Amino acid sequence: MTAILNEATAPASAPALAAVRARRPLGVLVAGTLLALVVIAAACAPLLAPYAPDTIDLSSSLVGTGRDHLLGTDSSGQDLLSRALYGARSSLVAPLALLAVAGVLGVSLGVLAAWRGGWVDVLVSRLTDVMYAFPGLLFTVLIIAVFGAGMTTSVLALGLAFTPTVAKYTRSLALSEARKPYVDAYRVQGMGGLRICATHVVPNLARAILGYLVVLFGEALMSLATLSYLGFGAQPPSSDWGLMVQEGQAAIVQGAMLPALVPGTAIALVVVCFNVVGVWAADRLGRQ
Amino acid sequence: MTPHLLEADSLSKTYPLPGGGSHQAAADVTFTVPPGGALGIVGESGSGKTTVARMLVGLVRPDHGTIAVAGRAREPRPPRGRAARLARAREIQMVFQDPYVSLDPRLTATQCLRTALRLHDRGEAEAAELLDRVGLGPREADARPRDLSGGQRQRLAIARALAVDPRILVLDEAVAALDVSIQAQILQLLAEIRAETGVALVFVSHDLAVVRHVTDEVLVMRRGKVVERGATARVLASPDDPYTRLLLASVPTEGWDPTDTARTPLPPP
Repeated sequence: MTAILNEATAPASAPALAAVRARRPLGVLVAGTLLALVVIAAACAPLLAPYAPDTIDLSSSLVGTGRDHLLGTDSSGQDLLSRALYGARSSLVAPLALLAVAGVLGVSLGVLAAWRGGWVDVLVSRLTDVMYAFPGLLFTVLIIAVFGAGMTTSVLALGLAFTPTVAKYTRSLALSEARKPYVDAYRVQGMGGLRICATHVVPNLARAILGYLVVLFGEALMSLATLSYLGFGAQPPSSDWGLMVQEGQAAIVQGAMLPALVPGTAIALVVVCFNVVGVWAADRLGRQ
Repeated sequence: MTPHLLEADSLSKTYPLPGGGSHQAAADVTFTVPPGGALGIVGESGSGKTTVARMLVGLVRPDHGTIAVAGRAREPRPPRGRAARLARAREIQMVFQDPYVSLDPRLTATQCLRTALRLHDRGEAEAAELLDRVGLGPREADARPRDLSGGQRQRLAIARALAVDPRILVLDEAVAALDVSIQAQILQLLAEIRAETGVALVFVSHDLAVVRHVTDEVLVMRRGKVVERGATARVLASPDDPYTRLLLASVPTEGWDPTDTARTPLPPP
């Protein structure tokens, strides 16, 4: 009995553990490969796409899969494969821009709150709490109502909506980092607070924050697609995936599934793949 | 011309305790250090010696009392301007207890020193000289703190403090985290540096043997108060205060009986 217990609970040796950790699970490998293919497809869209994404051909409206149109066409006769390929560009770049906005603002606010403490911390923390309580999409729609629809406005608005999450996460990390004696040492050396934060505290947190942003990517893509679907984001004739789902919606009633299914599948595929790879990467980035 | 390099006058600090009450970490601590002198501050854990060290370098603001270097009073809070901040840093530098966390984990030894040198507008080439001065070789120069041993890290921390060319070096339990043979090497290094550069040392330690080795004068602290002061040799040889006697009796030596020291009665402070 004891022997069995000992065997079962004996800790694996360090090299064995390292080997397990270094191993990439199959799911991550598959998801990573798919993501790489999507990125290549987006980059090479002009070479791969059989048609220009905005070529309207009403004579071939809602054609099913066939030799001329591998994934069929939508109600305006636009080739769905071509649109999906071009759509990958905005659908991948826009979340990056969004995360850049949220990252810069969130990290700045989080570090500021942690560093200054006192009323600055209280102000930033309460502000992020209020933003948390407020549905992000509603907040974004409010901003768009004021500044008008469009991809740039959506990216900026969602960037603001994502900022509190990043700020809260950064603040918690920076609080413990700022207490470390090496920060005291820089202070004793006469270094200014801004410089300590920008060149020492933030770089030391960069890995963890980057890992967190990777996990947020799927959510960012999803939120942007939602906005485009609602008509607040990308505007026709752009071939954003979210917009394509919305345009394809009417075709479902007419019995054509593909115009909504193709972009919908693309969104789901990329988000799932990114989450699988993201969680794995964040785990590794966070551990080091 | 003042005969004292460092003058600390009635430094006091009281910390509020969670749930009411307060803890007096330092009460009317007064001392002076002559140019190139070496002062030891000893006491048990919680005696307030680290608080005094942190007040000296400006990491803790004293409630009362003043600190002056070469006759010029130090502002209680760090100045805003860059020039004033750097001038203040050149007065007093500090070496922290745990060299593992007092070094930026991302920077190699050379980068660590260059950061300090650049900050003080000194040539980055001096980094190599400083490394050599504290006995770190080319292999250690490109190593990050996690690849250095405890003694090597503390050597680097000393080099970083010297990069600023301070007049006073405060060492807060600087050898406490090292094992005995490494302690001796670091103490030897400090003695050499003091002889060469004329930097004054304020050596905070719980270890009487260490203090005996490097300091001229000593200050014994208990519960935030100075209970005894004087020349290190005199205080350690014939202490006046019962607390100092207890501290000395607590040092394990040949034929030492821990129960004796544990039974020694001590008058309340």
